[in-house]
Amino acid sequence: MAEEIKKTFWERLIQIDRRVIYLIIALAMVLPFFFQMGLPIPITKEVKDIYDYIETLTPSDVVILSADFDPSVSPELLPMFDAIFRHCLKNNIKIIAMSLYIQGPGLIAPVIQEAATDYQKINGVDYVFMPWVIGWHIVIMDLMTDLQRSFPTDFYGTRTEDLPMLDGVKNYENYDLIVPFTGASSYAWWLLYAHEPYGVPLAAGVTAVSAADLYPYIQSGQIMGMLGGLKGAAEYETLIGEKRMATMGMEAQNWAHVIIILFIVIGNIGYLVIGKKK
Amino acid sequence: MHISMNPWVWIGVFFTFSVLSFLYKDNPFYKLAEHVTVGVSIGYGLVIWWTNSVIPRFYIPVFEQGQWILIIPAILGLMMVLRIVPKYSWLSRYAICFSVGAGSGMAIPRSMQAQVLRQLEATMLNLSFTSGAGINNIIIFFGVLTVLVYFFFSKEHKGVFGGVAKVGIWFLMIGFGATFGYTVMARLSLFIGRVLFVLQDFLGINLAG
Repeated sequence: MAEEIKKTFWERLIQIDRRVIYLIIALAMVLPFFFQMGLPIPITKEVKDIYDYIETLTPSDVVILSADFDPSVSPELLPMFDAIFRHCLKNNIKIIAMSLYIQGPGLIAPVIQEAATDYQKINGVDYVFMPWVIGWHIVIMDLMTDLQRSFPTDFYGTRTEDLPMLDGVKNYENYDLIVPFTGASSYAWWLLYAHEPYGVPLAAGVTAVSAADLYPYIQSGQIMGMLGGLKGAAEYETLIGEKRMATMGMEAQNWAHVIIILFIVIGNIGYLVIGKKK
Repeated sequence: MHISMNPWVWIGVFFTFSVLSFLYKDNPFYKLAEHVTVGVSIGYGLVIWWTNSVIPRFYIPVFEQGQWILIIPAILGLMMVLRIVPKYSWLSRYAICFSVGAGSGMAIPRSMQAQVLRQLEATMLNLSFTSGAGINNIIIFFGVLTVLVYFFFSKEHKGVFGGVAKVGIWFLMIGFGATFGYTVMARLSLFIGRVLFVLQDFLGINLAG
């Protein structure tokens, strides 16, 4: 009798409606926003390497931050862009903010504006914001050889040659780091058309889905470091001491992972129990 | 709590819940959100393409600065569009030929250098059992070797060869496991983005503290 009840329990558990699982995961992700436990965010080497490199840059150095993404992946990539942009502003490093994706500039414009206001930096003087231009590989190749040919005007329509920050910034010789943020493979475009031919140091911020693909390039030394998913962004926020969008989401992410691992374990136990009885 | 009075935020919340309602079951709200996303994306893209590309990169240089050479790529572009006119669709092949030729010419040598030769170089490592890095190098070396053996299909996977291929499968499974773990993390992050939007932007709850 007892055996029959146990069997029914596991069978019922295995056949549970998927919507119940969605609901449990949703609760596990919403509640941590109200009941923060302050779980630690350990820093990985891939993130620390980018941070350390930017720390070595001086105010005369130029960093290209390319937001190569659209709204579908912005919850992961926008916090990364925000964190590195803020780090560069904090250290007075010159920034060229741009996007190879048509929807990119619209997404980063408010983030740039907010960070610039917080750090009291001026567009055109401390950083420049470029518009989307068609033809990603042509844009990268032009940028490496002649910045003005690539971007005749900035996002706001000001002629590039009139931007004080770009005085003396002409081509690859003047770039000290490129960081593409991508949910696809734009890091490979930058690798092919900027890093390999011209040797400009390359790092990347990628969605968690793409993160595993980057390890071969990190191991080979072609990409110096990586921010992988929301976790990477939260690590960077911790490093710069500004707990913002990504850090807020990490607690929810941790709890959801615990629930999913629990489901996987329970599901497998149920599968084994039912399998043995059959 | 201070609910937003911005109509765009309300529209965002409506579409957020419309998309999430698909988790319960397919419904007209989800369909509406799906169609609006496609329509808005194309409309937005077309406007930006026209203002950022066609006007400053074609119209102004040709008609105001007299750079008539740009007419040639413009004609090639028009030929590409002719794919939608059955009678003249053959013309698009010339544009495609040019595009494929130029694209391959630019990409192949660079891909060979960056993604084949440099990656090969990265597997030629100092193998040793005396340090952590040396042991890592041994794992990388055997991982690459066994996976390559697994993908060699001209010889039956039997005996020693089959055993090595099986080790390759284990390396692949570990790789897929890492990718799957990261994928779960990515999907959850997207949901977190929406939760933050609803809680902060719509309901006005201060979560920063």
